[in-house]
Amino acid sequence: MNEPIGIVLIFIGVIFDLLGGIGLARLPDVYNRLQAATKTVTLGTCLILIGVAVASGSTPVQIKAILALALVLVASPTAAHALARGAYSSGVRLWEKSVIDRYGEDLEAHQGEMEVKEEEDEAPKA
Amino acid sequence: MKWIWAFALSFGFWVLLVWPLDWQELFVGLLAALIAVILFGGMLRIKGLKKLFNPLRYLWGLYYILALIYHIIMANLDVAYRVLHPALPIRPGIVKVRTELKSELAKTILANSITLTPGTLSVDLTDDGHYYIHWINVRAEGEKEASAMIVGRFERILRRVFE
Repeated sequence: MNEPIGIVLIFIGVIFDLLGGIGLARLPDVYNRLQAATKTVTLGTCLILIGVAVASGSTPVQIKAILALALVLVASPTAAHALARGAYSSGVRLWEKSVIDRYGEDLEAHQGEMEVKEEEDEAPKA
Repeated sequence: MKWIWAFALSFGFWVLLVWPLDWQELFVGLLAALIAVILFGGMLRIKGLKKLFNPLRYLWGLYYILALIYHIIMANLDVAYRVLHPALPIRPGIVKVRTELKSELAKTILANSITLTPGTLSVDLTDDGHYYIHWINVRAEGEKEASAMIVGRFERILRRVFE
């Protein structure tokens, strides 16, 4: 009885995963692509796992599907954050039509301060 | 005490993962849990464990999970719409927002929730409680307005759960 419900859930999950893939191909830069990859793929994968849990009934498979679900929900945004931060600090720029970049502004301001400090530190010695 | 907690957690997780049990799996699980605890047990924080026994926090936690699920579904429909639209209606950028939350765990969960919800992705956070958020469709560039739109919907609930 549960099997049809599970299969419907898996089907919807696959559609969201597909949308995530399309987003990955169509969006312009790393950060926008990460958006598609984290959101749609997280929900898609979660729906597939829920579908598996529902379809399999109370078996060991169900417990494992639910554990995997919890891990995906914790790991996926964490990985996206690490990727975005890593991409930015290794110099991947935002798409040229992006409207605002507070992060870059603050990083530059911070570096500016550091340079001024270094100059001040060196000044008395000279 | 901390090490026993860490061991119990990792061993319990193993048991769930390999259910149904037999003695071979239990033996491997004991070894695996032991190695995991030796390597990472020192990172476990059990401070503030008393908060675990307050049932009201669980109710707020449940409410938080329901709110999160709702926002995740909305996020997906939103991204799906942008991806499928022929003109690709996006207006991306990185904004800065501020949170009042103090506890590290709450901040982490807030950052992850932001990543999972409509059009926003946490890029970095600072020690004084600022997040840098990549927003696929920037609707407010000022710190206050952006904070209200991105952080506001979760901050209120998370404070009840963790602080």
